[in-house]
Amino acid sequence: MPWTKLQIEREEPAFDENLGQDIRKLNFGEALREALDQALERDPRVYAMGQGINDPGGIFGTTDGLREKYGNERVFDTPLAEEATIGMAIGSAMAGLRPVSIHNRPDFLMMAMDQIVNAAAKWCYMFAGQVPIPLVIRACIGRGWGSAAQHSQSLHGLFTHVPGLKVVLPSTAYDAKGLFITSIADENPVIFIEHRWLFKHQGSVPEHVYSIPFGQATVKRPGKDITVLAISHMVIESLRAAEELEKKGISLEVIDPRSLHPFDEETLLQSLSKTGKLIVADVDWKTGGFAAEVVATVAEKGFHDLKKPPVRVCLPDVPTPASYVLEEAFYRGVPDIVQAAEKLMR
Amino acid sequence: MNEFPSDNSAGVISTDQLIGLYREMARIRLVELKVEELYHLDEMKTPVHLALGQEAVSSGVCAHLGTDDRIFSNHRSHAHYLAKGGDLKAMIAEFYCKETGCAKGRGGSMHLIDTAVGHFGSSAIVGGGIPHAVGAALAFKMQKKPCVAVSFFGDAASEQGVFFESMSLAVLKRLPVIFVCENNAYSVCSHISVRQPNPDVVMRPRAFDMPAAQVDGMDVSAVFAKAKEAVEFSRQGHGPYLLECRVQRWRGHAGAGDPLREKYRAPQDLTPDWMRDPLADCEKILMADRQVNGEALEGIKAELKKEIDQAFQYAQESPLPDKGDLEKFLFK
Repeated sequence: MPWTKLQIEREEPAFDENLGQDIRKLNFGEALREALDQALERDPRVYAMGQGINDPGGIFGTTDGLREKYGNERVFDTPLAEEATIGMAIGSAMAGLRPVSIHNRPDFLMMAMDQIVNAAAKWCYMFAGQVPIPLVIRACIGRGWGSAAQHSQSLHGLFTHVPGLKVVLPSTAYDAKGLFITSIADENPVIFIEHRWLFKHQGSVPEHVYSIPFGQATVKRPGKDITVLAISHMVIESLRAAEELEKKGISLEVIDPRSLHPFDEETLLQSLSKTGKLIVADVDWKTGGFAAEVVATVAEKGFHDLKKPPVRVCLPDVPTPASYVLEEAFYRGVPDIVQAAEKLMR
Repeated sequence: MNEFPSDNSAGVISTDQLIGLYREMARIRLVELKVEELYHLDEMKTPVHLALGQEAVSSGVCAHLGTDDRIFSNHRSHAHYLAKGGDLKAMIAEFYCKETGCAKGRGGSMHLIDTAVGHFGSSAIVGGGIPHAVGAALAFKMQKKPCVAVSFFGDAASEQGVFFESMSLAVLKRLPVIFVCENNAYSVCSHISVRQPNPDVVMRPRAFDMPAAQVDGMDVSAVFAKAKEAVEFSRQGHGPYLLECRVQRWRGHAGAGDPLREKYRAPQDLTPDWMRDPLADCEKILMADRQVNGEALEGIKAELKKEIDQAFQYAQESPLPDKGDLEKFLFK
């Protein structure tokens, strides 16, 4: 077993969205695999590529057996040439295909920023809607085991800044499948970012094809005292914090926006009108990040509902360190959310 | 350099084909001259990159392409668009930033498009359009269509990493894509000698075992003949091909004229006999070797001028985009 996996097994407690229910369950990775499998099966225009797509590990299990099933023409490994492969994906989308470009880390997408920002995001607008780019770019956020500065970034704040990109970060197996199906069906470029520590988690995932619309947040746990807008793995951390805080008489309402662009402002503002207090928990940096955007939105549109200044629980503004001692100081989780909540209730 | 052109196209190009190439080049030339003539009026509020001097390449290459074949162009986009059959009125209207423009005034001169003729949009990031051609070729292969994709780019784009990545992918997957490098030796004002250790772009594909040829891009017959080979090679499923066309950029990087030429051009490019003219050479060949009547050629030009005047009038009279539509078209 790879070290990182070992660490996740040890340090990330199991999470089951439908604990105690006797229904069909898949873990996060299996849900993504099923979604990709069904997309390939139903739509001959869909193809998937990425460095290591046919590795024994199969991109954390999300592509296992798909090359065998669909052949090397539709599921293929690529050279480490992110700029050209994503550019190729864009060109093929212009010619009627629906590419899924898979990357082990968002860090590696930096090599393809020209194609993502200057081509994929622009084509529809620049040519007055004549050539939309239906493209899904998947990337997995790393964390821990000294992954360090270049193998652990989420960077979704960069992508949400650029008009023309849709940005999706699922937190549960059910959402992962439904949002992936929606991403593939969308006519526009979608950046789909998965957190490595979510892959072992499970939940109810129907076998049939279903889609979850973008721009619809979900209340993962209803509550009355504090609204927690949590992104990606921070949803799980927030749910754990909520359990702990319940024992202390503090009730968190945990909201998962699921897609950051488009973003469901209404669900957030509605919750805020009830609680008056806001924590934004993100797996990205604090400065200029999406959490700042959420707080700005609340300042503009929900200012009078605020009873306390909003709090951002985000990564400190430094690159990810390697040493596990520094990692502990760097990452945010249950204790930070608990602390922020207790302070807000004082 | 400025020798009388010789007709080395006998047996390769019929007289009718040569007249067709002449017409195409003349159309590009006359459009560009008209743009240049009117540019100082500031009514075309978009940067223009004139293809004057480089007409033979797009004409000679696109002559071998059908509507379903696709081209991918760059910032110096006018000639490619016209040679592929792009709508002239819509292009001029785009220069005037009008709602009737080929991109409804959202793209400007560097972002031309005419999907009806296989032109799906040009990129103004130097080298940015190269992998798109590879992607279209990938699609053609997967869809089992007998089509080819052509990427037009300049010598500066051949300095980008994506050019090498794209060649590698195209060879690896044996894709029907033709890389056409228009080597005019200038990247804005920087001469190729200060940018590349070896000015022969044709050398680059060697590392990938990709066939390539260097051709005199100022000779439309030569371009036509080599492009024929390249397109047939790719269309028959043998994979990609690179064609380096040595050309002259008559004007500055952008805008009308070349007011700073004395300050940046290499000394050999400032001599009186530097300039070659692919259109005039073609005309001489048609009249001297192919016995085409000069009046017939004048007739072609007169007809083109009429079409061009009408296109400019159409563009000038067209409505501007509605400010209320600013946020339209971001997504489909």
